[in-house]
Amino acid sequence: MARGTSVQPAMNRGAEARYAAALSAGRFLLQRCNDCTAHVFYPRELCPNCHGASLAWVETRGTGSVYSVTTVRRKPEAGGDYNVSLVELDEGVRLLSCVEGIPPPEVRIGLRVTARIADHHGGKRVVFDPAERAK
Amino acid sequence: MNLRDLRGSVAVVGAGTAGIGEAPGYTDIELLALAAKAAVEDAGLTMRDIDGLATANLNAAMWPLNVVEYLKLRPKFVEGTNLGGSAFVAHMLPAMLALSAGVCDAVLVCYGSTQRTSGRREKLQARTLLDPFPFEAPYEPFNPPSSYALIAARHMHQYGTTRRQLAEVAVAARGWARLNPEAFARDPLTIADVLAARMVSDPLTVHDCCLVTDGAAAFVMTRSERAKHLAKQPAYLLGTATAAWHRQVSGMDDLTVTPALESGARAFSMAGLAPQDIDVVQLYDAFTINTILFLEDLGFCAKGEGGRFVENGAIAPGGRLPVNTNGGGLSCVHPNMYGAFAVVEAVRQLRGECGERQVKGVATALVHGNGGVAASSQSTSVLALAEAL
Repeated sequence: MARGTSVQPAMNRGAEARYAAALSAGRFLLQRCNDCTAHVFYPRELCPNCHGASLAWVETRGTGSVYSVTTVRRKPEAGGDYNVSLVELDEGVRLLSCVEGIPPPEVRIGLRVTARIADHHGGKRVVFDPAERAK
Repeated sequence: MNLRDLRGSVAVVGAGTAGIGEAPGYTDIELLALAAKAAVEDAGLTMRDIDGLATANLNAAMWPLNVVEYLKLRPKFVEGTNLGGSAFVAHMLPAMLALSAGVCDAVLVCYGSTQRTSGRREKLQARTLLDPFPFEAPYEPFNPPSSYALIAARHMHQYGTTRRQLAEVAVAARGWARLNPEAFARDPLTIADVLAARMVSDPLTVHDCCLVTDGAAAFVMTRSERAKHLAKQPAYLLGTATAAWHRQVSGMDDLTVTPALESGARAFSMAGLAPQDIDVVQLYDAFTINTILFLEDLGFCAKGEGGRFVENGAIAPGGRLPVNTNGGGLSCVHPNMYGAFAVVEAVRQLRGECGERQVKGVATALVHGNGGVAASSQSTSVLALAEAL
C-alpha cells in the first residue's frame, strides 16, 4: 500500500500537465532549455534543439507577430467564419492560435499581437489580440 | 553495401485499382482485396506467390493483420508503417531491402478505403479521441485543409504566389482527368471556376482541395531477374527515399519547405538521375499548393518559382511537363490516402497503357507521396523501363 506515497504529486507529472495547470491558474508559460538556452513550445520532457532534459519554466512576454493566417469558413448558423493563425512569439517559438478582436479577413501576416488567456469550453486557451488594441 | 548497388534491383511488376469513385455497400478491405487480385493477376502471379505484404489504413491500428487474414497470406515480410498518404510510396524502400536480402520474393503493396460512402465524420471523431493534438485542437483548424492553407498563405506572402497560380494546378489536374475514364471528377473546370468557388480555408477553395472518394490500389514488387519473366514490362525501381520532419503545421521550421527536399535529393542520388531526366511526374496533390511545393522541393524549379512554373497550362495535357496524368487527388481519386494510386499511374504510363492521356515516349517516371496534415512525411521514388536502366 506504500506504493508511490513518497513521490511528491507535483513532481510526478509530465510537462504537458504542468503547462495545463499553470494555464488554468492564469499563467502562460514557455520552457527554456538550461543547456542550450533555446525557448521551447509546446512543453516537452526533452529539448528538441539539444535533447537536454533540463527545461525551466519561464513567463513569456506574450508578444509576437502573425506568421501565417487562414480564415476557416463556417456557416453562420454554426458560428460563422473564424481565424486560425500561426503566431511567432518574440522568444522565437511558434504556436497555433487565433487572433480575436478584429474581423478574420483583417488578420494579416506580420500583424503584431499580444497573448491573452481566454475561457474555452470550460477550460483555458491562449488567444491573441492586435497589439495596438491590447491593454 | 551502398544504396546505389540496389538501383534497379527490384521492379513493380503488377498494378491494379478497384472501386474508384463511389463504391457504396463495400468495406475498405473488400475494395483492397479486389485491387490486390487485379495487381497480382496483372503481374501474371497468383496470390499464393505473395510472401511479403505492405499496407496501412487510418482506421485500424493493426491493419496488416486484417489483410493477412482476409487474403489468407503467410508473409515472411510485413510492413505497416503509417506515415499518412505517402505510406505506399514509403513502403517501397523497406520492400526493396527485404526483396534484396532474400527475406521474401514478392511483395504486395495495397490499400483500400470507402471514405466517401462510409461515415467519415464518426471515424474522424474516433481518431481525434485516440490521437489528440492538445496544442492545436483548441483552435479548431479544419484539417487537413487549414494546415495547407497556412502553408499556402505563407508561400504567397514570401514568393508572391497567387490564387490564380493555385487554380492553374486544379485546372491542369482536371484536364488530365477528362482524358481518364477512371477519374471521378471529369466536368470542365476553368480558372474562373476555381477562383469563384466556395472558400474552405483561405486561400484554398473547394477546388484547391482533393476529392473525397472511395477506391483501392495495389501493386506487386519482385526482384528484377524475376520481373523480366513475368507478364508485363517491369517498372524498375531506380531510387527511393523517405523523409519525415514533423506532425503538425506548428512543428514546421519553414512553412514553404517540405521534407520532399530531402527525399527527392536522396531518391535522385540513388537513381543517378536529375529532374530533367524525368518524363512523367506523379505528385501527391492533396491540395493545389502541394504540387507547387513539390515541383520546387524536388528540383523541377527553384524555391518560390513553383507558381510561375505551372502558369499557362505548363503541367496540363500538352504542357511542357506532364504532372498527375490520371487527374491526381484533385480530380481522379482520393480515398483518405492517395500514395498507391500515384504508383499505379506511373507504372501504367511507363507501360504505355494510358489511352487518350498516354504521354509519348515515357521511359522514366517520378512518384512522390505526401503524408500527414502538414506535408509531414515525404517519399520519392524513381521508376524506369529497362532502356533507362
